[in-house]
Amino acid sequence: MNGKIAFFGGIYNNYLALEAAIADAHGRDISQIYCLGDLGAFGPHPDRVFPLLIENGIQTVQGNYDHSIGHALEDCQCGYTDPRDNHFASLSYAYTLENTSPEYRHWMKQLPAEIRFTWQNRSVLLCHGSPRKTNEFLWESTTSTAFLERLADEQDADIILGTHTGLHWHRRLENDRHFINVGVLGRPENDGTTNVWYTVLSVEEEEKTQGNSSVSVEFIPVRYDYEKLAREMEAENIPEEFIETIRTGWWTTCLEILPAKERRAGKY
Amino acid sequence: MLLQPTVPMASLDELWFQVSGTLCNLKCEHCFISCSPVNDTFGYLSYERVMRMLKESVELGVKEYYFTGGEPFLNRELVPMIEQVLKVGPVTVLTNGTVLKADWLKRLQTAEQNSRYSLEFRVSIDGPTPEMNDPIRGERTFQRAINGVAMLCEYGFLPIITITRTWEENEEDAILDSFRAVLKEHGYHRPRLKVLPRLKMGGEEKRTEGYTPLERITPEMMEGFDVSQLLCNHSRVVTDRGVAVCPILIESESAQMGETLKESLVDFPLLEGACYTCYQYGSICANPSSKKVEA
Repeated sequence: MNGKIAFFGGIYNNYLALEAAIADAHGRDISQIYCLGDLGAFGPHPDRVFPLLIENGIQTVQGNYDHSIGHALEDCQCGYTDPRDNHFASLSYAYTLENTSPEYRHWMKQLPAEIRFTWQNRSVLLCHGSPRKTNEFLWESTTSTAFLERLADEQDADIILGTHTGLHWHRRLENDRHFINVGVLGRPENDGTTNVWYTVLSVEEEEKTQGNSSVSVEFIPVRYDYEKLAREMEAENIPEEFIETIRTGWWTTCLEILPAKERRAGKY
Repeated sequence: MLLQPTVPMASLDELWFQVSGTLCNLKCEHCFISCSPVNDTFGYLSYERVMRMLKESVELGVKEYYFTGGEPFLNRELVPMIEQVLKVGPVTVLTNGTVLKADWLKRLQTAEQNSRYSLEFRVSIDGPTPEMNDPIRGERTFQRAINGVAMLCEYGFLPIITITRTWEENEEDAILDSFRAVLKEHGYHRPRLKVLPRLKMGGEEKRTEGYTPLERITPEMMEGFDVSQLLCNHSRVVTDRGVAVCPILIESESAQMGETLKESLVDFPLLEGACYTCYQYGSICANPSSKKVEA
């Protein structure tokens, strides 16, 4: 494969942001789009996400949510431990499970837990949380570089991409290896802005070292009609706390899992 | 005699430093390793030893670091140790919050701001009132710890208040709500709480009860169990005597794993009653709260 490739993180039923991101990627000469899983949760009308992924040929990794919905498990396996966080997670899980058709549940059940390929002579590994555990949270402020180097060695990968935490970040490792959290399209990043994020990888030819190239990681903000999404969430009786996040860009739930630096960056 | 399962060492993710050994300025009734001002069963770690172990840990790809004791801030080299560790990874300090000094916190605030990693404080308080906390932790310890929390907030930290569950589970929501209200009254506007189960050993064994012989894990109980819920699957603790399997079991003979980190990366047999608590509640030593076991 050649050229630029794009990566979408958790969609969380946000089909409007997904549409906007697909349109944005098409304007950037992207050769292939991948999605790293967690298609449901949070937003309205789960079934509107799948046709967009399928019709646009978006290869998708199975997130913990997709595994849960696919197998109709009791909970989302998000990995929260706080009772309030779990309360809100269970409301949105019940809604998504009830409103996902059997056809798409079956589709999700068969998604792979990881995808590997070679791109620009580099081995690329796509996972959901971490390569060793689907629902592992790898936060920027609690993941040492030494650990990521070990992960890249153990997995024999030059570029590892994940999502799951909801916040994008990038760590450059030795020998032009990379760990990248691609962000999510499902909800804003707890920074008071309403846009969501996806990631584009490309290679840059280096003039000084003839013939060598290095990986370039670009995080792309996506603006979409969040007001329309918020109104649809209201119409579906989705909890007010989730709608506030869509309208304000501040997280109101699932906060107790955040490490100190990430927590301080938010409002609540 | 029950058969004991063993837990494989999957990956050394968290490294703990028993930085003040069993020395503590307090003498809490429920302390699982009976720390006190005079218990020197385990002593202080030196700065040089922590740096040596840190170097080995980076080679092994450790993800996170924890400082515990006793009371870690009794070790006069703690602040420079944290400053060094924050250069390579995230740090959590478990403190009783009663001996904090403003100039230490100022230095640590700067160190965290200059690091890409988080510095977390876990402050132990065992109830939302002096009436509930002080009989367990000692006279006036509630007020002193609350003052410590206020000081941490002043320097921009968001301490995790760590509470040992000494109440019935049906009282939990009311107690935690009251805890949040008290912390807000003292200027901590988004309180983070972590609830710990009681470990029925050390001081707690005398205070209430110990483990019965049946509170042990059998091989059958491990079938289908997510072994990563157990700390011994991905952590080790450095003491002044060597490397032990986890911070709960440092006093146990079976928990001594060797001199170097590399030597310590072997399977561990789940022989102890405390292993049963860890199995029951899961991840009891991680920063997020462990799960509540429904009655």
